[in-house]
Amino acid sequence: MSVPVTIRLQEADFDTAREIAALTKGRTDIGAVVTFSGICRGGEGGDAIAALTLEHYPGMAEAEIGRHAEEALSRWPLTGLTIIHRYGRIVPGENIVLVVTASSHRQAAFQAAEFLMDYLKTHAPFWKREESAAGTSWVDATSHDDAAAARWAKS
Amino acid sequence: MKVVYFAWVRERIGKAEENVDPPPAVRTVADLIGWLTQRGEQYAHAFETPRVIRAAIDHAHVKPETAIAGAREIAFFPPMTGG
Repeated sequence: MSVPVTIRLQEADFDTAREIAALTKGRTDIGAVVTFSGICRGGEGGDAIAALTLEHYPGMAEAEIGRHAEEALSRWPLTGLTIIHRYGRIVPGENIVLVVTASSHRQAAFQAAEFLMDYLKTHAPFWKREESAAGTSWVDATSHDDAAAARWAKS
Repeated sequence: MKVVYFAWVRERIGKAEENVDPPPAVRTVADLIGWLTQRGEQYAHAFETPRVIRAAIDHAHVKPETAIAGAREIAFFPPMTGG
């Protein structure tokens, strides 16, 4: 049986509970669902943020997330996967990204969700720009995120 | 070939995309960055630190040493900050 995979890029917000329900409805083979929600923070290092604007590379963003999904499916026994990434202007408290992984047992679901987020942050072509009282500025990538992704590399 | 730019690379160059026709000596992604850098101040500014520039050919990540022959679309952008 093929594993249901949903990948969406959208400007609109999403409903996490509805996405989980859509993935698990009518299924009796799923024993574990892990969700990761990335949410816009209202501040960074003491400076207030009014909003984030996410730019993306249409076409490549879908392709790259699809490649990450394929790799997750090949590395863990997943029984369902949903990835949603928003673009455009997002204000504090709103969702940015959602990863839902389903499996028979929790370990695969936890690990695949973490792998997918580490790869999305460093490999999916999205760029955040912050709006604050000081103006707007592009968010810098962090070496911490690179290190998080590197630990999944196969030796 | 079509070249597309994103985030601050796009802002510094002042355009989102353009068609370019580099000479045959421009063989790799790194060569193309070097060639584009000669095109004007805004390009020199965008590519002033080549090691931070990321590139993709036809929607897949590539390294600086990757050959550009046959590419339909080459993208240049800063390190990604999604998620």
